[in-house]
Amino acid sequence: MRSGNTLQRRLRVLAVAASCAGLLGGCASAGDPRDPLEGFNRVMYAFNEGLDTVLIKPAARGYDAVLPTPVRTGVTNFFGNIADLFIGVNNLLQGKPAEAAGDIGRVVINSTVGILGLFDVASAAGLEKHEEDFGQTFGRWGVGSGAYLVVPVFGPRTLRDTAGLVLDVTADPVANIGDVSTRNALTALRLVDARADLLPADKVIEEAALDKYAYVRDGYLQRRRNLIHDGNPPREPAD
Amino acid sequence: MKYLFGLLVACLLATAAAAESAPDLLVQSVTHDVLELVRQDKDMQNGNSKKILALVEDKILPHFNFRHMTLLALGREGRQATPPQLAQLTDEFRSLLVRTYSKALTEYRNQEIVFKPFKGAPADTDVKVRTEVRQSGGKPVQIDYYLEKLPDGWKVYDVEVAGASLVTNYRSSFAQEIQKGGIDGLIRSLQSKNKSTPAAKAS
Repeated sequence: MRSGNTLQRRLRVLAVAASCAGLLGGCASAGDPRDPLEGFNRVMYAFNEGLDTVLIKPAARGYDAVLPTPVRTGVTNFFGNIADLFIGVNNLLQGKPAEAAGDIGRVVINSTVGILGLFDVASAAGLEKHEEDFGQTFGRWGVGSGAYLVVPVFGPRTLRDTAGLVLDVTADPVANIGDVSTRNALTALRLVDARADLLPADKVIEEAALDKYAYVRDGYLQRRRNLIHDGNPPREPAD
Repeated sequence: MKYLFGLLVACLLATAAAAESAPDLLVQSVTHDVLELVRQDKDMQNGNSKKILALVEDKILPHFNFRHMTLLALGREGRQATPPQLAQLTDEFRSLLVRTYSKALTEYRNQEIVFKPFKGAPADTDVKVRTEVRQSGGKPVQIDYYLEKLPDGWKVYDVEVAGASLVTNYRSSFAQEIQKGGIDGLIRSLQSKNKSTPAAKAS
């Protein structure tokens, strides 16, 4: 009970801090054409960073410290296996049946030989893991990315990728589990595990960025462009 | 005397061969050498910044063209920089990239690096060398190196991680700083960034 109160207080402080940051950030926008909502986005970014600092990152650090690497890999593989199903669906929707077949093959092999997905034997057997989602499918279909948008909790997206995210979440098998406590536990575990995998990247970004917000934004936009072109985007002009 | 001359010729030939060698082989041998050294060194894995910086200075930096990288990061804003400003920017940007690269090296944990088949032709002077970092439980991460052929050998001028260029990723932050305080403003903020974060600080 007591810890719950502390948490509430912390979150309230955070919300106030976030709105203050927004008031300051709102006037300082330099005007990147891809980011017309920069004022709002900086507030959301500060909020997400705060949430990460007080809650998610400490949990991920503890998780990382307590669990041995093979167990953590098993957890990552388990959720990766669930994700492969919809990666396959998206590859199909993007007109890539060979890749889709590979994804479904991965699910079949990893769910059986790989014991419910805990071991990624399919990769070892040469079935490469892909990364697809509904946002990329829309991109493949020719939908423009739209403005950059920082979504609460989920982080960097574009308008198109936010629409994709809604579908991703709707279709997500974990989000559709009937039993609320199982669903919540699995969702939390997936979040913490995913965050733990990103701990090393964190330190590098901290070291590299002049303005972390802009660095993360530009990295996200470049990476999405690369993903939509499956790793072979046309090189951007030097200017 | 004759012996010495022979040795000298051999050395010259060796350097010439290194300068002429294919860009994909250069990336392979540098990556291999550096990671081998990190693997064998517990200090570096634990984030010993001095040792890592020395390694990066010694083995990696000679193969980078920082002037080109700086111009690439500046984009069209680079046109307003005077030669001395450009030299200073190159210097500061170099430090920043070295710190970032060193930090990334301390996070290296025996992931497997795979070199993709090289698609360049022997006559090319501007090529992309593709590599992939494989880790259990995750999708492989692409790391691509862009190299250009200069009189003193192949030089890297851009690095892309998972499709995001470590160089052009700075373009909008740089433009923002230049809008606020001109080229000198950007130099100042790079300087204070380089001073504020000690490379590979303990965390």
